[in-house]
Amino acid sequence: MGAIALPDPLPAKAEFLLRMGDATLVLGHRISEWCGHAPALEEDVALANVALDLIGQTQLWLGYAAEETGAADADALAFRRDVWDFRNPLLVERPNGDFAHTILRSFLFDAWHLPRLDRLTGSADDRVAGIAAKAAKEVAYHLERSRGLVVALGDGTAESHDRMQAALDRLWPYAGELFETDATDAAMAEAGVADEPPALRPAWEATVLPALAAATLAPPEVVRFQAGGRTGRRHTEHLGPMLAQMQWLQRSYPDASAW
Amino acid sequence: MYAQLVKSEASSETQADRDFQARIDRGDTIEPKDWMPEGYRRTLIRQIGQHAHSEIVGQLPEGNWITRAPTLERKAILLAKVQDEAGHGLYLYCAAETLGVSRDDLTRQLLDGRMKYSSIFSYPTLTWADMGAVGWLVDGAAIMNQVPLQRTSYGPYARAMVRICKEESFHQRQGFDVMMKMANGTSAQRRMAQDALDRFWFPALMMFGPSDAESVHSAQSMRWRIKMNTNDELRQKFVDQTVPQAEYLGLTVPDPDLAWNEETGHYDFTEPDWDEFFAVLKGDGPCSADRIDAKRKAWDDGAWVREGLMAHAAKKAAAALAAE
Repeated sequence: MGAIALPDPLPAKAEFLLRMGDATLVLGHRISEWCGHAPALEEDVALANVALDLIGQTQLWLGYAAEETGAADADALAFRRDVWDFRNPLLVERPNGDFAHTILRSFLFDAWHLPRLDRLTGSADDRVAGIAAKAAKEVAYHLERSRGLVVALGDGTAESHDRMQAALDRLWPYAGELFETDATDAAMAEAGVADEPPALRPAWEATVLPALAAATLAPPEVVRFQAGGRTGRRHTEHLGPMLAQMQWLQRSYPDASAW
Repeated sequence: MYAQLVKSEASSETQADRDFQARIDRGDTIEPKDWMPEGYRRTLIRQIGQHAHSEIVGQLPEGNWITRAPTLERKAILLAKVQDEAGHGLYLYCAAETLGVSRDDLTRQLLDGRMKYSSIFSYPTLTWADMGAVGWLVDGAAIMNQVPLQRTSYGPYARAMVRICKEESFHQRQGFDVMMKMANGTSAQRRMAQDALDRFWFPALMMFGPSDAESVHSAQSMRWRIKMNTNDELRQKFVDQTVPQAEYLGLTVPDPDLAWNEETGHYDFTEPDWDEFFAVLKGDGPCSADRIDAKRKAWDDGAWVREGLMAHAAKKAAAALAAE
């Protein structure tokens, strides 16, 4: 089945909704890759639970985005777009790596996601506010859990500390993209739908910096942050193979109308 | 079943044993602090442990399809299901721990091959229809066994079963729903549905274990009310329930000798290949080595995480003590 064509240019609200829904879809998919392979049974349950929440949120964001883009439904957006049409930040498409990378990736994202959703509950768009209110309850738990694990593993054994520091060194350069802003964000702020992302930085730093200190972890010096996911301009090489797996069944059997 | 060929240990015949049996016969529930024969305790550890292992190994054949699920809804349902299975594993390990064995010890016994898991999970899941067949047939067969176990004599096991049964019937309905969509779909989808039934029919029948009419182990377990029905009774019930469902789906059960028997009021059917069953249970199934490799890798790769969490907890406890 071919890729769907999105409106060009993409209306600002559609772009905003894709940015929200693609972030949860890609991270939810990545975390779901852990199923059955976690370090302990409790982690298997928790990771599946977080992935399930994120996929549920994806259904809501992309369901709304489908109406704004003329796509048939959320599934058409999830399973019938190519890499360049995805609008998630690069951070969430990073491969799982070891458990340290997975947890640190979640923590850096969750610490952004929760204040994002909290502020969206006051959106001028009622539907956005409703989705955010539901999602914020779930994400509060995601953040509590990822924060706890980052602190515990950073301040655990020498090996767990070194692995967490290595993950932080690798992932920190992807955090900057979460606070970029562009014409889409300006239009959403103007319409009262969503604050511009730089407004989220103080809350993010207030969560992340003390947790890293408690974890005895130090952010690396970054000369240039990586970006290009939320605009679709330049994704990493990792998103394509993920989509190849995720979309394979739909694309292989285009005649099937129900699964 | 999820616990297959569990070796039961004979009870000795002391007065305490006779009193214990009288409690079972009265329908009493045995609780962790109650006196129990050593054989009862050890048999239950094997049975509950094997059941728990089956739940966690059983995550793998379905986990294989989470990243390729065809819709967001199917992906969510499958995630919920695999999460339930990990949860079932947790309840069951907790129930086993009340008998004086640790989860880590049971896990090591699984990983080094001293304990088994259900034969069914050593078969591969090859198409999306297999997600339907596993829910419909495998969870369907599991429910046959687990519903009566809600009344088993050991309290923690019975209570774990009550929670598990609620979730299993949801899984079975979801599986049947996938089969409906596939059986009523395109010709390729129908082909997948039939192929899944062809591959899973006999392995599903094997889940109940071989005929136990002659087995002394089964007789002892039934006296202790930790096994509620014979393997043959449950297998017959499963066939009688499943054949009309296959007909409703328009699929053909891969058994040319399957026929309704007016006299018995049951279906006659071909027994599965028991040589294959014994080989699979011994670890020679199509995916046996891969399943254990995957679980060993998860355990080994996760060692630093478990150690890190324990080290941090110890530091916190020490700091709290010092502050007192």
